[in-house]
Amino acid sequence: MKSRTIKVDYLARVEGEGGILVKVKDDQVTEVKLNIFEPPRFFEAWLRGRLYKEVPDLTARICGICPVAYQMSSCHAIESAFGQKPDGMIRELRRLLYCGEWIESHSLHIHLLHAPDFLGYQDALAMAKDFPKEVERGLRIKKLGNDIMTTVGGREIHPINVRVGGFYKSPSKKDIRAYIEPLKKARDEAVETLRLMATLKFPNFEQDYVFVSLRHPTEYPLCEGNVVSSNGLNIPVSDYEKHFQEEHIPHANALHSKMLGTGAYLVGPLARYALNYDRLTPLAQSEAKKAGLEKVVKNPFKGIVVRAVELLWAIEEALRICESYEVPEKPFIEMTPKASMGSGMSEAPRGILYHRYRLDENGYVLDAKITPPTSQNQKQMEDDLRAYVEQNLDQPHDKLTWQCEQAIRNYDPCISCATHAIRLDILRD
Amino acid sequence: MAKQSKPRIAVWKFASCDGCQLSLLDCEDELLAVAGTVEIANFAEASRAMQPGPYTVSLVEGSITTPHDAERIHKIRRDSQVLITIGACATAGGVQALRNFKDVKDFFNTVYASPHYIETLAKSTPISDHVRVDYELRGCPINKMQLLEVLNAFLNGRKPNIFPHSVCMECKMRGTPCVMVAQGMPCLGPVTHAGCNALCPSFARGCFGCFGPKETPNTASMSSQFQKMGLKDDDIVRAFRSFNACADPFRKESEAHEK
Ligand code: SF4
Ligand code: SF4
Ligand code: SF4
Repeated sequence: MKSRTIKVDYLARVEGEGGILVKVKDDQVTEVKLNIFEPPRFFEAWLRGRLYKEVPDLTARICGICPVAYQMSSCHAIESAFGQKPDGMIRELRRLLYCGEWIESHSLHIHLLHAPDFLGYQDALAMAKDFPKEVERGLRIKKLGNDIMTTVGGREIHPINVRVGGFYKSPSKKDIRAYIEPLKKARDEAVETLRLMATLKFPNFEQDYVFVSLRHPTEYPLCEGNVVSSNGLNIPVSDYEKHFQEEHIPHANALHSKMLGTGAYLVGPLARYALNYDRLTPLAQSEAKKAGLEKVVKNPFKGIVVRAVELLWAIEEALRICESYEVPEKPFIEMTPKASMGSGMSEAPRGILYHRYRLDENGYVLDAKITPPTSQNQKQMEDDLRAYVEQNLDQPHDKLTWQCEQAIRNYDPCISCATHAIRLDILRD
Repeated sequence: MAKQSKPRIAVWKFASCDGCQLSLLDCEDELLAVAGTVEIANFAEASRAMQPGPYTVSLVEGSITTPHDAERIHKIRRDSQVLITIGACATAGGVQALRNFKDVKDFFNTVYASPHYIETLAKSTPISDHVRVDYELRGCPINKMQLLEVLNAFLNGRKPNIFPHSVCMECKMRGTPCVMVAQGMPCLGPVTHAGCNALCPSFARGCFGCFGPKETPNTASMSSQFQKMGLKDDDIVRAFRSFNACADPFRKESEAHEK
C-alpha cells in the first residue's frame, strides 16, 4: 500500500480528550500528530491572587485521576518557598496517601484500561466475561488504594485533608493498622497480576529513550530527590526550568516539553524503573526478574509489566508505613508566609509533575507554573507513533490503528492535566 | 431480545478533570453488577466501543468552554431521553469558571508564543445554559453513592432520594461538633448543599463549598458572620469563588463584596 492515513478521532481508555493522526505516503511517514482537543482550563492564570492555603485544593482539580500528585507538588513547592518542611510521621503519612493514589491509579490502568488492548477486548467489562477473576482482582486492589486515600485524605477523589504543612487531622493508629492485613493480601495479589502481565504478547519494538525521573538517596522516588536523566543530568528541582522548556504547537491544546540540547524525553514508570531499579524492594526486584524484565526496559508496550512492578512496590511501601505508624504530635506545622519563590516536584503515577510559585509577603500567589507529566511525554509519544508505524507498515489497517492507540495508552496519558495551562485566545463570548 | 431492551447509558466529557466520571469506575463493588443491567453505550474513559444514540440516560461531566462544545452538547441532548449533569463543572461552570471574573486582557498579557492556535470562549458555562437538563447532581467531585441513586431512580421512573438541605444538617446528623462554634473556623456549611456527609468538619476544617449552594441559601447572613469572625471583603470574595463560583447565589455574594 502506498498512501494511507491512520486516524483515531477520540482516544478511548485514556483520561481526557485526544486523537491521533498518522499520514503515510510512498511508505514514508509524513505526518504524526497527537491531537489534544481537550479545552484548556487556565489554572495558572486564575491562581494568581489566591492565598497559599487554597492552592492544594484548587490545583487538585486539574486531574481527578491523580489529585494527590497535584496536592503534593503544590505543598512541596510552597513549603520550599517558605523554607519550612514537615518531617517524621507527617512525611510518612503523605507517602502513604500518595501510595494509595499509585495503587488506585496503577491498578485502574493495568486491569481496566490497558490489559484489554493486549487481550483484544474493547473494555474491561467485556474482558470480565472471560477473565472474571483477574478483573475482580484488579478492582479489589484498586479499591484498597481508594480506601487508604479515604482514611488518610478524607475521600479518594480530591482529598480534603491535605494542607500546606501537613494534614488537617491525623488518622488514628487503629485506622491505619487496619490496613496491614489487607495490604499483605494485596501484595500476594499484585505478584499474581505481575506474573500474568508478563505472559502477554508484546510487539517487538524498542526505543532509545532519554529517561527522566526523580532520584532520592535512599527511596524509590515519590516526593523528593534530584532530577536525573539517563544521559547524565543530575540537578536540584529548583533548576528544572534551566534544563526543560515548553513550546506551543499548532495541533494540540497542550504544551510540548523538551529537554534543552536533547529534545524529546520520557517520564513515568519506565523512566523511574530504569533510573531507580536499585531502590526497589527486594521482592519487587526479584519478581521483576522472574517476569523477564531487564534492569532497563526500552519496549514501551512492556510498560504494563513495569507498572505492575511499581504497583507491588507501592503496596510494600504502604505496608511498611502502616506497620510503623504512630500518630504525629500535631498533624501539621505552622507556616509563616514570606515573599519568596519555590518549586516542588513529585512523581505522579504517570511521571514527574513540576510546580513553581512566586508568593508575596502575605502568601498570595503572584505567579504559578505547572508542568504535568503528559506534556513532558507528548513529543516522545509522537516519536513512538512514527517509529512504530514505520516498522509496521505491512500490518492490516485495523490492527495498526489499534496498535497506534495502544502506543499512546502505554503512557497512561492524562490529557486533562496536559491542558490545564494554556492561556487563551478569545474568539467570542 | 433481552439484551436489546437494556437501558443504554452514555457518559460525556466537556471541560473537566475526569473526577466525576471516575466516580463511576470507583464503584468497585457495584461496577460489574451495574454493567450487567445496563448497556454502556458510550463511555470513552472506560471503553473503545462507542455506539451511536439514542441513549436512555446521558451523564454529562464538564462545562462548556469552546464553540465546538457549545454545538456538541445539542447533539447529545437530541440523542438522549434523560440528561443528567454530574459535578460542579457541569452544573455551575466549575473551577475553570474563575476565568469569568477576570479581565480577558489579563489572559492575553500572560503571553504565549502563539495564542491563536487555541479556540476558547471567554466564559465557562454550565450545561443548563445551553440545553434542558433533567437533573443536576452536585459536588466536586460528586458522591458516587448519590450517582448510583440518581441512575437507579431515573431507570426506574422515580424521583431521586437526594435532599437539598445544608452540610450543617449532615453535621448534626453525624454528631460532629461545629468547627465554627467550637473552634472559630470559617465554614461554608450553612449555605452549602448536602451530599458529602459533612466531610470537612469531621476532619477538623471548615467546609469550602465544593457541593455548591443549597436550596435558598442565606449567603448575606453567612458573610456577616464571616465579618464578625474577622474576615475581610476579599477573603469573602475568595471563599465564595472556588468550584461553584458561578452558581448564582455564590456569584452574587462574591460580587457584593468586590471593591
Ligand atoms: S466537578 Fe470537580 S471533580 Fe467533577 S469534573 Fe469538575 S473539577 Fe472534576
Ligand atoms: S461545622 Fe460547618 S457545617 Fe458543621 S454545623 Fe458548623 S457551620 Fe455547619
Ligand atoms: S464539607 Fe464542604 S467542602 Fe468539604 S466535602 Fe463537604 S461540601 Fe465539600
